[in-house]
Amino acid sequence: MAAVLVSTTINGDAVEFACPPQESLLAVLRDRLGLTGVKEGCGTGDCGACSVTLDGRLVCSCLVLGAEVDGREIATIEGMAENGKLHPLQENFIEHAALQCGICTPGFLMAAKVLLDRNPQPTETEIRYALAGNLCRCTGYDKIVRAVQATATELRQLEKKKSRRKKSKKS
Amino acid sequence: MANDPSYTKQKLKVIGSRVRRPDGVDKVTGRAKYGADHNAPGQLVGLFLRSPHAHARIKKISTARAEKLSGVKAIITSEDLPDLTKGDTAARDILENCMARGRALYDGHAVAAVAAVDEQTARKALKLIKVTYELLPHVTDVDEALKPDAPVIHDYLYTNGVEPRPTKPSNLYNVAEFGHGDVDAGFAQADVVVEKSYKTEQVHQGYIEPHACVGSVNPDGTGELWVTTQGHFTYRSVCANLLGMDIAKLKVTSSEIGGGFGGKTHVWIEPVVLALSRKANRPVKAVMSREEVFRASGPASSTSIDVKIGAKKDGTITAAFAALRYQSGPFPGAIPGMPWAAIGAMTSFACYNLANVKTLGYDVVVNRPKVAAYRAPSAPMIAFAVESTMDMVAKELGIEPLDLRIKNAAREGTRACYGPVYGPIGIGATLQAVKNHPHMRARLKKNQGRGMACGFWFNFGGQTCADLNIATDGSVTLTVGTIDVGGSRASLSLIAAEELGIPYKQVKAHIGDTGSLGHNDTTEGSRGTFSSGMAIVFAARQAIEVLRERAAIMWEIPIEDIIWKDGHAKARGSKYSRLKPLSLADIAAQSPSTGGPIAGHNESVPDNAGVSFASHICDVEVDPETGGTRIIRYTVIQDAGKAIHPTYVEGQMQGGAAQGIGWALNEEYIYGDDGRLQNPGFLDYRIPVCSDLPFIDTQILEIPNPNHPYGVRGVGETSIVPPLAAIGNAISNAVGVRMDHTPMSPPRILKALEQLHAS
Amino acid sequence: MLESEAGAAFVLAGGTDLLVRMKLGHIEPALLVDIKRIPAMNSITHSARGTRIGAAVSGAELGEHKAVARAWPGVVEATNLIGSDQVQSRCTMVGNLCNASPAADSVPAMIAAGAKAVVVSRTGRRTVPVEKIVTGPGQTSLARGEVIEAIVLPARPARSGDAYLRFIPRTEMDIAVVSAGVSLTLERGRIKTARVVLGAVAPTAVLVPAAARAIIGSKLDEDALHKLAAACSAACKPIDDKRGTIEYRTKVAGVLGKRAAQIAFQRAGGA
Repeated sequence: MAAVLVSTTINGDAVEFACPPQESLLAVLRDRLGLTGVKEGCGTGDCGACSVTLDGRLVCSCLVLGAEVDGREIATIEGMAENGKLHPLQENFIEHAALQCGICTPGFLMAAKVLLDRNPQPTETEIRYALAGNLCRCTGYDKIVRAVQATATELRQLEKKKSRRKKSKKS
Repeated sequence: MANDPSYTKQKLKVIGSRVRRPDGVDKVTGRAKYGADHNAPGQLVGLFLRSPHAHARIKKISTARAEKLSGVKAIITSEDLPDLTKGDTAARDILENCMARGRALYDGHAVAAVAAVDEQTARKALKLIKVTYELLPHVTDVDEALKPDAPVIHDYLYTNGVEPRPTKPSNLYNVAEFGHGDVDAGFAQADVVVEKSYKTEQVHQGYIEPHACVGSVNPDGTGELWVTTQGHFTYRSVCANLLGMDIAKLKVTSSEIGGGFGGKTHVWIEPVVLALSRKANRPVKAVMSREEVFRASGPASSTSIDVKIGAKKDGTITAAFAALRYQSGPFPGAIPGMPWAAIGAMTSFACYNLANVKTLGYDVVVNRPKVAAYRAPSAPMIAFAVESTMDMVAKELGIEPLDLRIKNAAREGTRACYGPVYGPIGIGATLQAVKNHPHMRARLKKNQGRGMACGFWFNFGGQTCADLNIATDGSVTLTVGTIDVGGSRASLSLIAAEELGIPYKQVKAHIGDTGSLGHNDTTEGSRGTFSSGMAIVFAARQAIEVLRERAAIMWEIPIEDIIWKDGHAKARGSKYSRLKPLSLADIAAQSPSTGGPIAGHNESVPDNAGVSFASHICDVEVDPETGGTRIIRYTVIQDAGKAIHPTYVEGQMQGGAAQGIGWALNEEYIYGDDGRLQNPGFLDYRIPVCSDLPFIDTQILEIPNPNHPYGVRGVGETSIVPPLAAIGNAISNAVGVRMDHTPMSPPRILKALEQLHAS
Repeated sequence: MLESEAGAAFVLAGGTDLLVRMKLGHIEPALLVDIKRIPAMNSITHSARGTRIGAAVSGAELGEHKAVARAWPGVVEATNLIGSDQVQSRCTMVGNLCNASPAADSVPAMIAAGAKAVVVSRTGRRTVPVEKIVTGPGQTSLARGEVIEAIVLPARPARSGDAYLRFIPRTEMDIAVVSAGVSLTLERGRIKTARVVLGAVAPTAVLVPAAARAIIGSKLDEDALHKLAAACSAACKPIDDKRGTIEYRTKVAGVLGKRAAQIAFQRAGGA
């Protein structure tokens, strides 16, 4: 089958690539676009190491074809730190030792970010189920869950401060 | 003595602080480069053709059609590799595992490899290779392999360690015995004797990063290998030896490593990738699929174990016996003279102070993948058997299981079941900590139960070589040859900062490639922080000598008058009162004119890594209608000697416990009657997911290792040892069934419950 | 297009099964048709007369549709049990159905609900009960050139409830070892109609009329539950495989049937 030409947006930047129709988005990101922060642990959607977002939804990039993402928006770990500043989740993963070997970390960060974007106040159980599609073999998940909890608290406090500032500006 | 390893009881300033690891940012931004993240100019893609049969004669491999396919640059079979059949047996076994010669010995055994311009072409080429097999009888179960009518896998394997030497080959390749005293007399004195047999199924380390490498060999005999490994120096010497290269001409770089747990201590695809590169004269990159990782890397042994323990009414154990049967795949164990069952036998009763103890290790070959180390290799299985039996003894005696353990715990001066006499050790302290832990008093609900168990691991030192270089701005570079999977760069930087008296942030640790340091043994046996840490201590002390020399030159006073304190050279005596102390940075700034760069170096073989003990407490809830088991609460108590970076020590304890929990409940290699692995993927090889586990509480104890300046013991492995039995004991206390087979999966538990209700 | 392709042709919805089979080398498609951008396959319509779920609607999208989740909690929960959050973003009920695994999570719940599949081809459109689609592991009754456009759930009478339960060894990421879907309607506190369906205990999901009969007319008392469990176990024709044994599946099918019925009963307002 002939290669497919795809125009898409990755981490806010317009990107074009050509790939064989059966090639996975994971292979495109890693091998064609050099985004090797997206990891391959299984290739069958069982480990979550290749997690990215597609139009804001969390997906395993190994279960998406490159040819499917024309006109879509993709976000990968490489785009998580903005303006040279780590995302609070990234900071807390380092601070709480939520990574040991680090191979699963990009996938966990993507999954945790989607969770907190939708649910700023998740319970421990909600965090554990939201991250159940991401395998980690080093940590026993303890410090990962704690890092996500710490980030949720931090982000909520940040939101409060922001809204207080807005209020005081209005008055 | 600059190189005195004994414990100094010095007051520590930065060691013990919870600093951020220097590789943290790279690992949360996706910048860290792992095995599969490296590419070489003009690289080819390497793929392997693997046997679908458990045991088969390879009658013919026809590669002609594949070779003609456009884009195929090299094909390798055993014909292209040296024939070591009559040479060094250890090297022969390694090579034959990487590429089958004459026979395929397990489902997944490589029979050919291809290098082509891209993956699609390589895949097409694999399909064009025709292999003619003649099926041979196979055996995958350790007990079956020992039966007299079992197919004998190797006609050259005769049991080692028995007198007289057997006249016939068999699958039993080694028998090892350990112990002391007279067990028969000991059992005769016992009021209660409990005997029980156990089985544990095969498990895999389950690192998330598959094996991956980029190899490049030039026509001039030099080469490079980028690889995810726990031991790049070992990979270098093994690959050079197998391929007839000079060791020094092969440069091996260890990538960031996405988990190893022992599974990346051994070569799998790497020698073949180098051979492909040599044949094609181009770099070759190969990445295993997850299926290949399960079928063709090195899982842990499956086992069959008998345990017998006798005790007096007061709880004193009078005798202990264990027979361990471990399979090692189709080849004898990785460490010559120290096969897997023998290692297990040595650890079996190491937690206890026993007058009479005997253990027998039977090592067996079967048609499964070659076994590799897995975190405290061989210990969790025997601990499952021994610690389950301990609870049964306690029940027979009407004593609390914890009290039985406390009464018989090994202590300083105890002769270990494997021979040596212990120095100061932590088993007693961990057991006391269990007794005092609030977890032990927490209320349990219906169908819930609590169990505890102990574990032991030797720890290891090994050959070590490290550099410490001071830049002219006073920042310090460490170059070490052990790899970093859990934050050891941070721990080693803390040690350098402590010795030099400078802030942690002034130090940056690197993992050196094989071209930048002398040989370092593989990072195994929890040796990274212990032995590289010790080498860094001595390298720092050597650098301090140089710093004092340079200060002497700057001040033009005798070196004897200069001491090193708090990161500064200080002149001793009132006559020098005008001399303001010189900081490390001050001295470094002047180094170009005082004798050049300032460095410290150390090469050593730190022994006495300091044995380690852990005790775990676990609460489970069992659904009596489905046999499903949930871990409700878990506590790990472990002796770390000295926790250099307590957070990362906790991480090791939690990670080990989680792996043990997976082993206990759901993980297993499932083979069909055809000898094929049925679950080579993360869907059906079920490692714990986030929602399976509770928080894992930790308590670090610090009983210093007298053979390390800071008292460090290895911490990485011990906590995978107790969970199997802790969970088995908890299940027994929850619903009354004694599980003797791991994984204690829902069908096994439900069956045991039905048998209990029927009786 | 699908009809005229001479080689292996596949419909790509979420791709969560198809891409795995491609990765493992089980299939090599000559043609893949992505249906995710076809409007009719992309939407959910829900009214008092019933619910229509397009073939390309993902599990996550279905889960976010509050009205459907209220009307058919069992169907929605079953669909949401397929895989991780990552898989939920992509997987579809119709894909789950057409993959034709005996252990598919959404299928027993759909059959219990009396769901129908809208099958379209170049020549026309037909509506088929979901239980008639799968004929065996990996096999469907669809003809070449036919695709399922949508799943239609009937109107929901008052005092109805459904539930789906599966047993997996872990808490997530597993394929069902055994599963059970129950849908029922009450009249004056007693069960008036019921459908009980088991998964992973036979080559296809099985509707168990005997299990339904065991509880119809009852208030789901101990005796009815006991009979339901027995009927479920009796309907099992499972195999021994890497995920479970015959014995285990047979026993646990009864347990799950019972538990799912209890949840459905409660949801219908039974006490």
